[in-house]
Amino acid sequence: MGSSGAAQPSGSSRPLLVLAAIVAVLPLGLPNAYTYEIAILVGLNAITCVGLNLLVGYAGQISLGHAGFFGLGAYGSAILAARYGWPAAVSLPVAVAAVGALAWAIGRPILRLRGHALAMATLGFGIIVSIVLATEDRVTGGPDGMAVPPLASFISGEKTWYWLVGGALVASVWMALNLIDSPRGRALRALHGSEVAAGALGIDAAAHKLSAFVLSAVLAAAAGGLAAHYAGFITPANASFLHSIALVTMVVFGGMASTFGAVLGAAVLTTLPQLLASFKDYEMVLLGAVMMLTMIFMPRGLVPTVERALAAARRRPE
Amino acid sequence: MLLRAEDLSKRFGGVAALETVDLELERGAVHAVIGPNGAGKTTLLNLLSGIYRPDGGEIFWENESITGRAPHEFAAAGIGRTFQNLQVFFNMSALENVMAGRWLHERHGLAGSLLRLPALARAERACRDEALALLEGVGLGRWALARADSLPYGALKRLEIARALAAEPRLLLLDEPAAGLNAAETRGIDELIRRIAARGITVVLVEHNMKLVMEVSQHVVVLDYGRKLAEGAPRAVSRDRRVIEAYLGSEACST
Amino acid sequence: MIEQYLLSGITTGAIYALVALGFALIYNASHVINFAQGEFVMIGGMASAAFFEAGLPLPAAILLSIAGATLVGVLLDKLAVEPARDAPVVTLIIITIGASILLRGLATLVWDKKIHRVPAFSGEAPIALGTATLLPQVLWVLGVSAAAVALLTWFFRRTLTGKAILAVSHNRLAARLMGISVRRVLAVSFGLSAALGALAGVLVSPIAFTSWDVGVMLGLKGFAAAILGGLGSSAGAVAGGLALGLIEALGAGYLSSAYKDVFAFLIIVAALVFLPNGLLGRGATERV
Repeated sequence: MGSSGAAQPSGSSRPLLVLAAIVAVLPLGLPNAYTYEIAILVGLNAITCVGLNLLVGYAGQISLGHAGFFGLGAYGSAILAARYGWPAAVSLPVAVAAVGALAWAIGRPILRLRGHALAMATLGFGIIVSIVLATEDRVTGGPDGMAVPPLASFISGEKTWYWLVGGALVASVWMALNLIDSPRGRALRALHGSEVAAGALGIDAAAHKLSAFVLSAVLAAAAGGLAAHYAGFITPANASFLHSIALVTMVVFGGMASTFGAVLGAAVLTTLPQLLASFKDYEMVLLGAVMMLTMIFMPRGLVPTVERALAAARRRPE
Repeated sequence: MLLRAEDLSKRFGGVAALETVDLELERGAVHAVIGPNGAGKTTLLNLLSGIYRPDGGEIFWENESITGRAPHEFAAAGIGRTFQNLQVFFNMSALENVMAGRWLHERHGLAGSLLRLPALARAERACRDEALALLEGVGLGRWALARADSLPYGALKRLEIARALAAEPRLLLLDEPAAGLNAAETRGIDELIRRIAARGITVVLVEHNMKLVMEVSQHVVVLDYGRKLAEGAPRAVSRDRRVIEAYLGSEACST
Repeated sequence: MIEQYLLSGITTGAIYALVALGFALIYNASHVINFAQGEFVMIGGMASAAFFEAGLPLPAAILLSIAGATLVGVLLDKLAVEPARDAPVVTLIIITIGASILLRGLATLVWDKKIHRVPAFSGEAPIALGTATLLPQVLWVLGVSAAAVALLTWFFRRTLTGKAILAVSHNRLAARLMGISVRRVLAVSFGLSAALGALAGVLVSPIAFTSWDVGVMLGLKGFAAAILGGLGSSAGAVAGGLALGLIEALGAGYLSSAYKDVFAFLIIVAALVFLPNGLLGRGATERV
C-alpha cells in the first residue's frame, strides 16, 4: 500500500521506528545534564501533545485548558505521595485514573458545545484548576508550590529519567498511531469530517468525542505526574493558561492531524525558548516573531508543509 | 412492512415543513418521493434517518417505534442515507470514507484499538478489502487512495452511495443522487439503484429527475407544501391531474 | 453593601465590554480570535503612563497612546494577518498568540517590567453616593465607555465604512462582489479594536494600575465576555462584559475574592451549556 498524501499508510511502522531510533541515539549528542533535562521536558510535552492532537487534530474539537489536566495529574500524584505517604508507583496511576474520571464527568456536558463555546468552557476549566491549585495552599502549597517525592528509589538522575520518558513517548505514539488506523480512529476522523454523515453510519458522536477527550486528558495527566516526580517540585504554573496555550500552539505548529507533527511541535517549541534564553531580554520578542513567521509561511504546520514539499518534489520529472 | 410512518409533522418556527404525512415502505421496493422545492422531501428524509425529531406522529421500524431515537441508533437499526449537500469526509481518502462506513460491522474495543491486537489487524485487512470491493462496485476503484477532496463531483455522489452501502443498510435513503449529473452519469446512477434494489435493499429516492424516477421506482409519493398530494405506481401518479398542476406541469416545460 | 458591589461590577464590566467589543469586531470581520487584544489594553495603559512620566500633559498622553495602539493594530493586520489570510482559522489564531508574546516582549524592552500608573483624570477624592463611595475615575470609565459604545453604534449604522464592516461580517464574498474592499475593512476593524482596547487600558489604569503583562488576564476576561454575550454580536459583547463584571464583583463580595474568577468562569460555562450561542448570539443552522 503506497502512501497517499495526507492519508497515513496503514501498518507502516517506519516512522515509528525512526522515532524510536532517534530516542535511542539522541543521548550520544547530549553533552550535559541540562540538555538531558530539556530532552525530558520535550518528551513530557510531546506525550501531552500527542493526546491533545487526537482531540484537536483528529476529533476536531478544541481544548484551551489542557494544562489543567497536566497540573491535576501532577498535583494528584504529588499530594497522594507527599501528604498521604503513598508510594509513587501507586499514586501516579491512581491520580491519572482520577483525572480520567473527572474528564469523563465534565466532558459529557461541555462536549455538547461547539466552536468558541467549547473553547471557552475548556478555557474556564483550565483557569479554575490553576486558581484552585494556587489558593488551596494547605493541600497544594499554594502559589509557591510543593515538593514531590521521587518516583522510586532506583529511578533518579537525568539518564534514567530520559529512558523512562523516552520509552513512554514511543509507547504513546505507538498507541496513538494504532488508534488512528483502527475503526475507532476512522470514526473520530469521520466525526471531524461531517458529524451528521458519521451519525448516519451509526457513529455515536457524543460517545466518541468523550472518549477522545478522556484519552487526551489521561495522557496529559500521566505526563504531568511524571513531570512532578522528575522535577521533585511543582507549582500551579504547570496548570496555567499560558501553558495550555503553549500546548495548543505546539500541536498546530507541528501540524494538526499528525502525531509526529505533535511530537515535532513539542520538540521545537520546548527547545526554542531555551535556545533564546541566551538572548535574555529579547527572548519573548524573538519567540513571538518566530511563531508568527513560521505560521505565516507554513500555515498548515511543519509536517504537512514538509510532506507537501516532498510530494511536489517527487512529482517533478527529473 | 419494513417502515411505517404515521401522521408525521415537523415545524420550523412558524413554518410547517411537513404536515400529517403517512408513509408505508414495502420491503425490497424502490420508492420515490417527488415534489416541488420546499415540499418537505429532505425534511422527510431527515425525519426517517433520525436527524430531526418529529413534532407529531411516529415512526415504526419493523413494527417497533423508533421515534425520538438518536441518528446513530436509526443507522444501527438498518437505515442508511446519502445527502443532498455532500457530506463526504473530505479529510480522508475515498477508501477510508468507505471503510468508515463499515463501522457498524467492525469490532471496536478501545484496548484492541490502542494495542493493535492481532484480531484487529486481521479485521482491518478484511475491512480494507470489503471497502475496495464496494468502491469498485460503484466504479471508483482507481480513486481508492486519492484524497476525497480531489475527486470530481460525480465521483463524490457515487462515493457517498458506496459509503452508505458499506453499513449494509436494509433501507437506503438517497437524497437527489443524480443532482448535478449529466445524462451519462445519471444512467450510471439508474443502473446502480437497480443493482442495489436487486440485492433486496429497500430504497427511498428523492429526485427531481422524472425520467429516472419513472424508470427505476415502483411506488411514488408526491409531496406538496408539506402534505402528501398523491401516491401510487409511477404511471398513475404521472397522470394524476393534481400532481400535474402542482408539479409535473411546470416540470414538463422546464426539463 | 450591595450598591458597592454593583458599582464596582459595572465599572469592571464597562472595561470588559470595551475589550469584548474589540474581540467581536475582529471576529466579525475575519472569524479570527485575536489573542493579542489584551495587549492593546496594555499598550494604552503603559504608553499613556510613559508619555505622562516623560512630561506630556495627561490628555495628550492619552490621545497619543490610543493613536499609537491603533497604529499597532493596523500593523498587526497588515504584517501578520493579511499575509496569512488564506490560512486555516487555527493558524491565524496562533499567529495572534505569537503577536501577543511579541508585543509583551516589546513592552519590556520599550518600557520595563515595573508597575505604572496614570493619575486619575479628575482627582482622587471619593464621592459619596448613598451608602456607596466611588472614585471620580469610575464616572470617567462609565461615561467614556457609554460614549464609545454610542459612537460605535452610530458608526455602524450611519457611516459607509461601518456598514461595509457589517456587510463583511455577514457575507464576505457577497461584500466583495459589491465592491467592498475586505482588506480595508480588516485594517479598519483591527485599528478600531486596538483603539477600543487602548481606551479601556487608559481608563482603568488609574484604578487598577498597569504593567507589561496586564493584558493577559484582561484579554482573557474580554474574550470570555464576548463569548458569554454571543460572539459576533456587538450588543452581546457589551452585555457579556457588564454581566461578567457584575458576576465577578458579586462573587468577590459574597463568596471570596480569591475565588471570584472561579465563580465567574463557572457561571459562564453553565450559561453556555444552557445557551450555547451566548446571551444574545444567534445560532447558525446547517443545511443537510
